[in-house]
Amino acid sequence: MDFLSIIENTLRALVGIDAAYFALAALGLNVQFGYTGLLNFGQAAFMACGAYGLGMTAHYFGVSFWWGLVFGLIYVIVLGLIVGIPTLRLRADYLAIVTIATAEIVRLVVRSVRFKHFFGGSDGINNFSKAFRDLNPFGVGDFYGIRPFRFSGYTLWTLLVAWALVALGSLFVWALMRSPWGRVVKAIREDEDAVRSLGKNVYTYKMQSLIIGGVLGMFSGMIFALDRGSIQPDNYSRDVTFYILTALVLGGVAKVMGSIVGPMMFWGLFVFSDNFLRDLTDSGPLRIGGVTIIQSTQVGAVNYMLVGLGLILLMTLRPQGIFGNRKEMALDGR
Amino acid sequence: MAADSVAARAAREALSTVEARPGANKPDPILVADGVRRNFGGIVAVDVQHVEVQRGSITALIGPNGAGKTTLFNLLTGFDKPDQGEWRFDGHNMSRVAAHRTAAMGMVRTFQLTKSLTKLSCIENMKLGATHQVGERWYNGLFKSRWSRQEEQIESRADTLLRRFKLDHMRDEYAGTLSGGQRKLLEMARALMVEPKMVMLDEPMAGVNPALKQSLNEHIRGLRDDGMTVLFVEHDMDMVHDVSDWVIVMAEGAIIAEGTPDQIAANPAVIEAYLGGHQGRSLEEPS
Repeated sequence: MDFLSIIENTLRALVGIDAAYFALAALGLNVQFGYTGLLNFGQAAFMACGAYGLGMTAHYFGVSFWWGLVFGLIYVIVLGLIVGIPTLRLRADYLAIVTIATAEIVRLVVRSVRFKHFFGGSDGINNFSKAFRDLNPFGVGDFYGIRPFRFSGYTLWTLLVAWALVALGSLFVWALMRSPWGRVVKAIREDEDAVRSLGKNVYTYKMQSLIIGGVLGMFSGMIFALDRGSIQPDNYSRDVTFYILTALVLGGVAKVMGSIVGPMMFWGLFVFSDNFLRDLTDSGPLRIGGVTIIQSTQVGAVNYMLVGLGLILLMTLRPQGIFGNRKEMALDGR
Repeated sequence: MAADSVAARAAREALSTVEARPGANKPDPILVADGVRRNFGGIVAVDVQHVEVQRGSITALIGPNGAGKTTLFNLLTGFDKPDQGEWRFDGHNMSRVAAHRTAAMGMVRTFQLTKSLTKLSCIENMKLGATHQVGERWYNGLFKSRWSRQEEQIESRADTLLRRFKLDHMRDEYAGTLSGGQRKLLEMARALMVEPKMVMLDEPMAGVNPALKQSLNEHIRGLRDDGMTVLFVEHDMDMVHDVSDWVIVMAEGAIIAEGTPDQIAANPAVIEAYLGGHQGRSLEEPS
């Protein structure tokens, strides 16, 4: 068994692009769910706003790549208003239902044949990231760094941009949450009627939180699209939101560090168990006493099961996540 | 009982000339409500023809369970919408004004079931109450230099109030670790951070141990002595008699009696409303 390569892959996953774009989206979800208590199950839709904001510059509008930031922001604000106006006055569960439905609607609209002209249908959008690639200071064919952290030039460039955005986003969320604004949204999470009785417009704060979290999700979608060099509508489906939510809970909600370390741990675990199982079944199915336990074609599915099991164990043994505050958890339901 | 304060004597004197009847006019009302009605399905929860609350007084709102006291509170503070009726607070028409606007205009309420924000520390709970905070706009919040000075002022005001309500030893503890009585105190103190003109307390004594009740009484008197108007819902008759300058009695959604605590204690309509036996007869006529 090649333990060295398993460990190397795991270490690479800790700082990989998947962890970075998850971290950005998790930061956004943390603002919405962790701090404000808004159950947004449609973060994937905000990510799609970012990706399609970038993609449509070349594909439909025929304008410079950098306009993508403006389009992305517009899409996020419009989506936030559409979702928020009817639901933010209602109880939290309604937002959950509406956001999950909205995310599906967004995905089905962008992949539909009818709107292929705008969004490229199920083929998605390719060839939009030239301006970003041109900025790459590293050689495309070259490799940089020392093992295990050895990346090709383009990967290194996206990684640097992605983690720089994660750092900026973290600073932004940290600064917001120590401010009186952060105090109001945390209070809204606890009891919005109490906040209303103190003269604060709860609705406005919830809307701001939803959109600020959505903008962080937008950057996540942009990084994802730039790394892949293409935008596939099915990359912005429900499960992405739930994996990100899982990663966030793993790291600890309502903690800035939680939304960074959670995704790193999530992808570390995921890649470790995937590599381990593949290695195990590489030379034929694993048998114990004549019973086939697992064969190579089942690795993908079993891996998800194991990750799920690991997360269940973690939540049982450490429900507050890695960075969460146990004392705070204990106050629930009092 | 401690000697009456100047504010207490002023309030009692102003109310001494007021007729003890439902909807009586007060010399200087801060709150005037007319024809406020709220139906829940076929049930009339609140149907108040006319009521006035004297500025600078402590007014108790009493009545049997289901009389509509809390519903009236919810309506007046914008937490519920009436089917009809309007009311004026300090000269402003308040019908259809949202709850947060009502609070910002100086009419602040507390809740029957205390709403302490459990995962915030006591001091954070307090600071939340301050209005017009620069840092509550997100773009200002990002830069500490824009709000740190105001925050210091708010914090020192909050600390003064915490000391006054004897919660300063719990300053940095989560509000969720406070006892039921302490939570009532925290909620009252937090309401004062808004610097209200009128404080509306929904059952301030519910779930509070007898030792703390005395100090709560003192705090409520303190609010009036600081120039605020207090309207509170309460079931504890000793407390009502002890602290209030004026009593309004509700039953079945309507106001059935008003008067000084002594007048109310002797009012047969009130006794009937509490003990029942009024079926088929008007509440206004003593049997």
